[in-house]
Amino acid sequence: MNRFILPIGAFALLVVVLAIGIQRAPSKSVIPSALLNKPAPEFVLPELGSPDLTFDSKSLAGRWWLLNVWGTWCAECRAEHDMLLAVRASGVAPIIGLNWKDDDAAALEWLAQLGNPYERIAADREGRVAINWGVYGAPETFLVNPAGLVVYKHVGPLTDEVWRREFVSRLPPAAAPAVMPAGTPLASPAS
Amino acid sequence: MLPEIGHFALILAMLLSALQCFFGIAGPALGRERWQAAVAPAVAGQFAMVTVAIGCLAASFVNFDFSVAYVAQNSNSALPTLYRVSALWGAHEGSLVLWSWILGCWTVAVAMASRKLPASFAARVLGVLGLVSFGFFLFTLATSNPFIRLDPPAPDGRDLNPLLQDPALAIHPPMLYAGYVGFAVAFAFACAAMLEGRLDQTWARWTRPWTTVAWAFLSVGIALGSWWAYYELGWGGYWFWDPVENASFMPWLVGTALIHSLAVTEKRGLFKSWTLLLSILAFSLSLLGTFLVRSGVLVSVHSFAADPARGIFILAFLVVMIGGSLTLYAWRAPLLKSKAGFELTSRESFLLFNNLLLIVATATVFAGTMAPLISDALGLGTLSVGPQYFNPTFLLPMLPLAALAAVGMHASWKKGRVSERKGMLLTTFAMSAVIALAMILGAFGGPMLLTPVGLALGAWIMLSALADPFDRLRRKLKLTPSIIGMSLAHFGLGLFILSITVVETYTAERDVAMAVGDRATVGNFEYRFDKLDPVEGPNYDGVRGEITVLQDGKKIGTLHPEKRQYWVQRSVMTEAGIDMQLTRDVFAALGEDLGARRWSVRAQIRPMINYVWLAAFIMALGGVVAATDRRYRTARESAVEPGTVPSAVTGS
Repeated sequence: MNRFILPIGAFALLVVVLAIGIQRAPSKSVIPSALLNKPAPEFVLPELGSPDLTFDSKSLAGRWWLLNVWGTWCAECRAEHDMLLAVRASGVAPIIGLNWKDDDAAALEWLAQLGNPYERIAADREGRVAINWGVYGAPETFLVNPAGLVVYKHVGPLTDEVWRREFVSRLPPAAAPAVMPAGTPLASPAS
Repeated sequence: MLPEIGHFALILAMLLSALQCFFGIAGPALGRERWQAAVAPAVAGQFAMVTVAIGCLAASFVNFDFSVAYVAQNSNSALPTLYRVSALWGAHEGSLVLWSWILGCWTVAVAMASRKLPASFAARVLGVLGLVSFGFFLFTLATSNPFIRLDPPAPDGRDLNPLLQDPALAIHPPMLYAGYVGFAVAFAFACAAMLEGRLDQTWARWTRPWTTVAWAFLSVGIALGSWWAYYELGWGGYWFWDPVENASFMPWLVGTALIHSLAVTEKRGLFKSWTLLLSILAFSLSLLGTFLVRSGVLVSVHSFAADPARGIFILAFLVVMIGGSLTLYAWRAPLLKSKAGFELTSRESFLLFNNLLLIVATATVFAGTMAPLISDALGLGTLSVGPQYFNPTFLLPMLPLAALAAVGMHASWKKGRVSERKGMLLTTFAMSAVIALAMILGAFGGPMLLTPVGLALGAWIMLSALADPFDRLRRKLKLTPSIIGMSLAHFGLGLFILSITVVETYTAERDVAMAVGDRATVGNFEYRFDKLDPVEGPNYDGVRGEITVLQDGKKIGTLHPEKRQYWVQRSVMTEAGIDMQLTRDVFAALGEDLGARRWSVRAQIRPMINYVWLAAFIMALGGVVAATDRRYRTARESAVEPGTVPSAVTGS
C-alpha cells in the first residue's frame, strides 16, 4: 500500500514549494540588475539640445543621484512624468535623464510641454550607454549612491508608492543638502 | 453588444460544465440513469456556449472593437487580418478561452466516440472532463475576463506583441493546447477507470488513440515553437531550455512514456498501476506548465502578465485535480495485481526500460526547471540553470534509450526472441556505422566525440524502423496503420537524432561587422553585403539588407535579413534572412546598427537544420496514422479481433 501513497506525498511537497514561490512572486517582477551594488558604468555623452556640450557622469561623484531612462516614443514615460516632476520638486536627489534612442527636437518639445524634471539630460542616440547599464526597456530608473554604486533599479513607470517604498527608504534622510532646490536653473554644463 | 453576449455565453458554459461534471460523476455513483443521460446534452450545450464566446471575442478583434480592454491591449487598426484573429490567443485572457474551447472540441469528440462504451464509464469520463472545463471557466471569469469593457473606448489598440506577428506563432498555441488538452482526455479515462473500478485492459485500448493523437499535436506544437524561435528571435538557436519550453517538453516526455506503457497494458495487462500514474502525470505536468507560465513564479522570456492572484487560483485548481486524482490512485491502485511475467529481452522489458529512461529524462528537466524556484523558496538566492546543465544530463538517459529503441522495435511480447532478428539488427547496425562514417569523412569532416555515436544511432533507428514494413511487403503481408504509424514515428526519431547531431556538430557561426560592399568568410562560404534599403510594412518600417552568399566564387543564394521597428510598441524585431536548402540553411540576421552604415551581422551555416523539424512532424504523423487503426474503432468492447497482428502496436 505504501508505495502508492508516494506520488501524493511528492505532490504535497511540490505544492508547498509552489505556494512559497507565489508569495515571493511579486518581487520577481523586479528583474535583478547585474549592476546592483556594483559601480555605475561611467559615460560621457552630448547634452540634449546642445551637441557641443558634454555630460560626464563623473561630475556626480560624491552625491546621491538618479538615472532615468526615457524617450518620447515611450508611452509609459509620459505616465511617470508627473512623478518625476514631484521628485524634482522634493529636491531629494537630482535626476539625470538618459534620453534613449530619441530625436532631439521631439525630446525638447516634450520637455517644453510637460516640464523638465531633469538636472541634466544626456542624449544616448545609439543606445550604447543604455546597453552598458543593462537597460532593456523604457522607462527604467537607477539609484546611485555617493560612492558611485548602483543601489536600486526600478523597471517601468515610477509611481508614488514605488518611490516611497524603494527609493526614499534607501536614501539617507540627510541626502537633501547635496541637492539644489527645485526650480533653480540647470547647472552649467561641464565642458 | 457582442462582448456582452460572449461574456454571458461564457457564464452559461461554466454552469453547463458544472452540470456535466455533477451528472457525469454523481449519476453513475448513485446509479441514477436519468442523471447519466443528461451528461451528453450538457456537453453539447457547454460546447455551443463556449463556441459562441470565442466567436464573439474573435468578432471583437476582427471589427477593431477597442472598447474591449483585451482587444485594445492586443490589437491595432493597422494589424493584418490573420494576426487580428491570432491576437485572440496573443495574451493570457484570450488564450484561456482558446484552451477552454479546444477542451470543448475534445469533449464533444469523446462524447461522440464513446457511444460504444459502457454508459456509466462514458458518463464518468465526461464528468471528469467537465470538472476540468469548470475549473478553467471559473479561472477565466474570476481572474482573467477578456470581455471587460473600457469606458471611454481606446482610440486605437496597443498592438499585438510584434514577436507574435508571425504565421508559425499564430498556429503554435492552438497546436500546443490541443496536445495539453488531449492529455486531459487520457487523464479523464484514467480517473473514470479508477472511479468505476474497471481496471482491466479495456480502458487502456479506449484511451490509446486519444493519447496518441494528443501526443502528436503536442509534438507539432513544440516543433512550431522551436522553428519560430529559430528564425524570429534573431540569434539562430532552436532550443533554449527556457522554463516555458520545458513546461511543454515535460508533458511530451511523459506522454511518450504513456503511449508506450499503454501498449503493454492493452496487450499484456501489465504495468496497469504505472500506466494510470503516467496518465495522471502527463496531464498534471500540462497543468503545472500552465501554472508556471501564468503565475509569475518563474521568470521566462515568454511574457504572460504575472499575477499572483492567478497563481493562487491555479495552485488551488492543481490541488483539486492532481491531489484528487493521486488520492484516488493511492486508494485504487493497490487493488491491481499483475499475474503475467516476461523475459528480459521481451518487448515488455524493452518498454519498461523505455519508461524508466523517459521518466529519468523528465526528472532531470523537472529538477533543472524547478531548481531556481526551490533555491528561492529556501532563501538560497537567485539561481539560473542553463544548457550547461540540461544538455549533458538530458543526453545521459537519451543515448541508451536510442539504442534500446533500435532493438526493442523487433522484440516480441512475453518471450525474449530478439536473437531471431539478430541478422537484421547486425546488418542495419553495420549499415548505419557506414553511413555515420561516410557523413563524417565525406560530407562534413572533423567530428567531436559524440558525433559518430549520434549519427550511427540515428541511422540505426531509421533503418531498423524500416526493416519491419519492408519485410512485410516482401512477404506480401498486410500493413496495418499501427505498423505504419509505429515505423514512421521511430523513423522520425532516428532522423531527429541524426539531424540534431549534424546541426550541433557542424554549424559554422560568426558575428561580423559589415558595411555595404564588405565581404566575410563563414565556414566555406563567403557573405557579401550588397545592399541596405528602407522597407515599410503595414504596421512597421525598417531596413532590409541584401546579402549574397558565395561558395567557391559561385553564387548559391541571396538573403534578405530585416530589422523592423513596429510603430505602436516601438519594439525592434529581427527578421532573419534564411536560404533554406535541402542540405543546409544559410542564415543571416542583422544585429546592431554600428553607425556609418555598418551593421553587426550574425552569419550561420546550419546543415540539416530543417530535418530536425521535419523529423518532429514525421513523428507526429506516425502517431496520427497509428491512432487510425481499425481496432480502435470497431468492436470496442469485445476482444481484439482475430485478424489483428499481435505485434501491431506502437512499441519502442
